[in-house]
Amino acid sequence: MSASPSLPAFPHRHLLGIEGLTAAELTTLLDMADEAVAVSRQVEKKRATLRGRTQINLFFEPSTRTQSSFEIAGKRLGADVMNMSVASSSVKKGETLIDTAMTLNAMRPDIIVVRHAQAGAVQLLSQKVACSVVNAGDGAHEHPTQALLDALTIRRNKGRIEGLIVAVCGDILHSRVARSNILALQCLGARVRCVAPTTLLPPAIERFGVEAHTDMKSGLKDADIIMMLRLQRERMSGSFIPSSKEYFRYWGLDEEKLAFARPDALVMHPGPMNRGVEISSEVADGGRSLIREQVEMGVAVRMAVLEAVAQHLPDY
Amino acid sequence: MTNTLTTNPLMSVRTLVNADLLDPATGRRQRGAVLIRDGLIADVVRGAAPASPEGADVIDCQGALVAPGVVDMRAFLGEPGAEYRETLKTASRAAAAGGITTLVSTPETSPPVDSAATVDFIRRRARDNAIVHVAPAAALTRGLEGLELAEYGLLLEAGAVAFTDGMRSIANARVMQRAMAYARNFDALVMHHTEDADLTGDGVATPGELASRMGLTAAPREAETIMLERDLRLVRMTGGRYHAAMITHAQSVELIRQAKDEGLPVTCGVSINHLALNEHDISGYRTFFKLRPPLRPEEDRLALLEALEDGVIDVIVSDHNPQDVEAKRLPFGEAAAGAIGLETLLPVALRLANAGSVSLARVLDALTTRPAGLLGLPCGRLAKGAAADLIVADTDRAWIYEREAIRSRSKNTPFEGGRMEGRVLRTLVSGVDAHVAD
Repeated sequence: MSASPSLPAFPHRHLLGIEGLTAAELTTLLDMADEAVAVSRQVEKKRATLRGRTQINLFFEPSTRTQSSFEIAGKRLGADVMNMSVASSSVKKGETLIDTAMTLNAMRPDIIVVRHAQAGAVQLLSQKVACSVVNAGDGAHEHPTQALLDALTIRRNKGRIEGLIVAVCGDILHSRVARSNILALQCLGARVRCVAPTTLLPPAIERFGVEAHTDMKSGLKDADIIMMLRLQRERMSGSFIPSSKEYFRYWGLDEEKLAFARPDALVMHPGPMNRGVEISSEVADGGRSLIREQVEMGVAVRMAVLEAVAQHLPDY
Repeated sequence: MTNTLTTNPLMSVRTLVNADLLDPATGRRQRGAVLIRDGLIADVVRGAAPASPEGADVIDCQGALVAPGVVDMRAFLGEPGAEYRETLKTASRAAAAGGITTLVSTPETSPPVDSAATVDFIRRRARDNAIVHVAPAAALTRGLEGLELAEYGLLLEAGAVAFTDGMRSIANARVMQRAMAYARNFDALVMHHTEDADLTGDGVATPGELASRMGLTAAPREAETIMLERDLRLVRMTGGRYHAAMITHAQSVELIRQAKDEGLPVTCGVSINHLALNEHDISGYRTFFKLRPPLRPEEDRLALLEALEDGVIDVIVSDHNPQDVEAKRLPFGEAAAGAIGLETLLPVALRLANAGSVSLARVLDALTTRPAGLLGLPCGRLAKGAAADLIVADTDRAWIYEREAIRSRSKNTPFEGGRMEGRVLRTLVSGVDAHVAD
């Protein structure tokens, strides 16, 4: 074990999801991330925790912000970071996920950060490699670092998570962000609501312990945090909802609907935003928006996660 | 069904003595002996063993169960076109080891079985390579495309035993109505997969908490009941013999029950997987449990077992669907659906019987007498004149299904490493040993 004595213990070699983590483990990661925020705000942003380590960002789905966030996080910790966008490479030629994993594994990376369009793909990959694996989003399953950065953003702005009412709004059905956030926020003591048109609510969502609403007025009532989700373009035109225009009218967050929430309610969005579809520009750029802060917290949380899982890397 | 297997003349008279005879047709269970001559059951003697005819090959069953061999109404056998997944040879060896003496092959081959020539091809390949009977099911519609009727009369003459488009449902109600009406001319059995493909979409799991937590696309069970209800209305219109190939939902059970109460010529099947497993088995994204239709909640499984006991469900099938390694070593959503099942159909069914979930007599009826009756095959009974397709089995013997021992060409079993109760000791096809346990 190469755990430096100063790091708090985190008992998992991989971060595949929020499911299975305890409140104490989540809090450890958030505390580590708080420190990483401080480091990131200095002129000298570099640490040496991952010096000599190789981190591969393996993205089977295109992503700008998550990939660059992981890249910056790895570099600030001293790792050598390589980005691999597989959407355009060998996988198109028929190489399977497992072949790709084994090939990369042979290059002896220390950490692989993976995004894939299929639920469970990251877990599958983690079974085939010797290094640590961090889930950067698998299908509609989980996106744990997004939930952690959201929790960190909330905790820094509200001073706590326990007891808050968080309304997660939009395309819950296809959203890994929603699933990870529901698990993380509930684990940390928040009350979570899901607000979405019926066609975008997952079956049996109330079994997650959340309140389901189809109407923004009741869904946002007394909410402390409003978390908007991105609506994928291909779902806007008739398959799940009739049009982006109708969607915005009933489920898009504008000043009028924001008024249903608590006066001090804050607004979040994992990005990238569709302005005028799920959120109006006034709200997105307004004084109650935490959207840009979320991006900053993203780097810090990813530094914390990389440090936490790296404790389990062997020292050869 | 003509017996295409060659009978060894020296072995043409055999007796199974000291047997625990169970005839599922009557439910009678008794000590006795079976006399086999020229591939047929020449006599069934209850009570004390008779003197064996001179020169007979006498097999002492030592009190083990003797019952008709299993007739599996739904198995994908690979030929022609998918020999890398399964062949008639490998499938038949797996079948024999699992006590199956007749395999009904699905027509979803390449090319599909929609012409007399393809039926003939399969029968000839089976005659030369298979050690159990292979009875081809032929396509309901040409090219399995759900648009034009296949030649039922000519296909029957060539040896087809039933008509199905395999895993495809006929979406067009007018085509289905004509298929069922036309099949009546030949009293042909229409076996239909009941699934509204549009409602299923790309769903891979049953809607509910588990699928939502796993982030898997859900396939509503109503896809099955909607298609089944439509079909049952068409049965009322046409009067054709209709068999719902594989139901998975408690509400389908109720629809079938109602149709039977009405006296409609309706029957249905269930896969051993849906009787023995439930949706939680896919946890951890285990692709060997990815099936189509997907595994269902426990309450469906229990309803299916009850319906099996009641006789609302007529037959149990293996739904044998071999997939090669590459098709399963993928993320759950991308992996191929299906499981092999020839070697485990009977042992898993016996395990259910041993657990008291369903009676042994009914299990065997659903595996032998009922399917043979639906298909008009001369087997599936312990009676004079029936084909000597028989199993000798130890119904309690515990064993573990090890990957190394799998006989199918593909190894995608959901029961790997599973504890079985009940083992086939010997399988006879037309009186000849197709399998003898070590």
